[in-house]
Amino acid sequence: MEFSHIIDEFAKDNDLNIIPISINGFIAYKVASDSLLSILKFAKENTELRFTILTDLFAADFPARQHRFEVVYSLLSLKLNKRLLFKIESGEEHQIPSVTSLYSAACWYEREAFDMFGISFDGCPDMRRILTDYGFIGHPLRKDFPVTGHLQVKYDEKLEKVIYEPVLLEQEFRNFDFASPWQGPGGYKLPGDEKAE
Amino acid sequence: MKETGKASTEQKTTTINFGPQHPAAHGVLRLILEMDGEVINKADPHIGLLHRGTEKLIEHKTYMQAIPYFDRLDYVSPMCQEHSFALAVEQLLKCEVPKRAQYIRVLFSELTRILNHTMNIGTQAVDLGATTPLLWLFEEREKIMEFYERVSGSRMHANYFRPGGVAADLPEGLLEDIEVFNNQFLKQLADVETLLNNNRVWKQRLVGIGVVSQKQAMDWGFSGPMLRGSGIEWDLRKSNPYEVYDEMEFDVPVGKGGDCYDRYLVRIEEMYQSVRIIDQCIKKMPKGDVKSLDMKISPPKRSDMKDSMEALIHHFKLYTEGYDVPVGETYGVVEAPKGEFGVYLYADGTNKPYRCRIKAPGFAHLQGLDFMTRGHLMADVVSVISSLDIVFGEIDR
Repeated sequence: MEFSHIIDEFAKDNDLNIIPISINGFIAYKVASDSLLSILKFAKENTELRFTILTDLFAADFPARQHRFEVVYSLLSLKLNKRLLFKIESGEEHQIPSVTSLYSAACWYEREAFDMFGISFDGCPDMRRILTDYGFIGHPLRKDFPVTGHLQVKYDEKLEKVIYEPVLLEQEFRNFDFASPWQGPGGYKLPGDEKAE
Repeated sequence: MKETGKASTEQKTTTINFGPQHPAAHGVLRLILEMDGEVINKADPHIGLLHRGTEKLIEHKTYMQAIPYFDRLDYVSPMCQEHSFALAVEQLLKCEVPKRAQYIRVLFSELTRILNHTMNIGTQAVDLGATTPLLWLFEEREKIMEFYERVSGSRMHANYFRPGGVAADLPEGLLEDIEVFNNQFLKQLADVETLLNNNRVWKQRLVGIGVVSQKQAMDWGFSGPMLRGSGIEWDLRKSNPYEVYDEMEFDVPVGKGGDCYDRYLVRIEEMYQSVRIIDQCIKKMPKGDVKSLDMKISPPKRSDMKDSMEALIHHFKLYTEGYDVPVGETYGVVEAPKGEFGVYLYADGTNKPYRCRIKAPGFAHLQGLDFMTRGHLMADVVSVISSLDIVFGEIDR
């Protein structure tokens, strides 16, 4: 039994801005950030859906897009044995409503998204950094953050303490470009292949 | 230690720093405890001391190079994490995994579950003052790591489950040895149970401590034994059987009260069930290939490379450039020993993942530490931490 019609009807009745998207084997929607809380509340409290577990909340960075970040909410219903994904888009300057009032688990996930991408969540009770070092600057999972980072840490014999200094690379970071006509699974076409067909 | 509050008649709270070097912190957990006398008002875990930027690093590695990073997340149950990444990549590649490889994966997933739970219960016992269970269980753990070594060449960081199958076939005689291990492990486990189950100190330290209601367990996003300990029968191996779990007979143990003792019992029973599954795997193990026959995904046999130019080219290409994964998004998930371990993968059609999100069960569990320890005594924090079964490799990623 598919449950998507229940969500579609709810969105239609309440004029919510949601668009179904297709993700490999999941029911997923793109949601406007002002509709997020009401659709999540509905999915959680509707007796036929009961998406009571927030399994994950994370972001991804697409610098080329108009709104560069995409935040994904992954819900699980034990009753239906189904997963449901919601996606919202966000720019650097936008704030996204926090869902901690619905799912307590969201707090650390939102902290992580803030730490890694710099997305701020409106109404989150605790917006400290979570995974990076105390006093860290920057948001490491953004695509424009270098994989080597900016600082390195070492123990200084003279000062007898741990110091931070700009990262020193003995060898330039090499990112090989492997683009080639060899395409792996699904076969590959070389110029002239069409003559054989 | 720092005292806050004004006059002595007013309520005083003390702030205590627990860890990151405390042996009972199970790694590098720094915990800021706000205490009223000996009672915990608030526990604020500071994590990230083992943050290595795995998700970022994987974005710069090919799909095959990414697998070893998964061993290093939860280093107590390495193969289960490779498994979820392999599943995610396979979903995008839409490639078939041979039956024998599926059985081997289930076999080693269950060995990994025993590996994880023996570690957890052993260290929990040490935290709470008993040394013997640790020694007995670590002996068993060592045997399982030997199986790891025989199959992959490495005791812990196996790099064995690959998209499309497993790295190599089982060496000769391994199944027989696992069977011998399996049979004697039951007795060892029963011995540990006689030491702990009705032990007065053990029960005093665990019963009624860190109680999680069903509602709380769901609200805080718990999974695995943390969810089942509260009486919710939910196991991905049963509800969404992957590989050949639907051909296996096993039960899912659940707790009643949701306290630390129930979670301990759930883990013990899960090991018995793992033994059952391993037994069935050994009996049913089919013959055949152990990796996908698609030569664009899985490397050729060493013997083929000696006389086939094609095989040599494939080998070179796979180990330098890797394979391209078609554009798409997917979520690969397994029931890891600690709970639901998932990988959300964005593929952009190149040979590297565009973004690889790792959903670690321990992250959600540790967040629950605050509400689980409120109102408990300082000593109970240790019980709760050990029953969360946290490993910082996966929490900090």
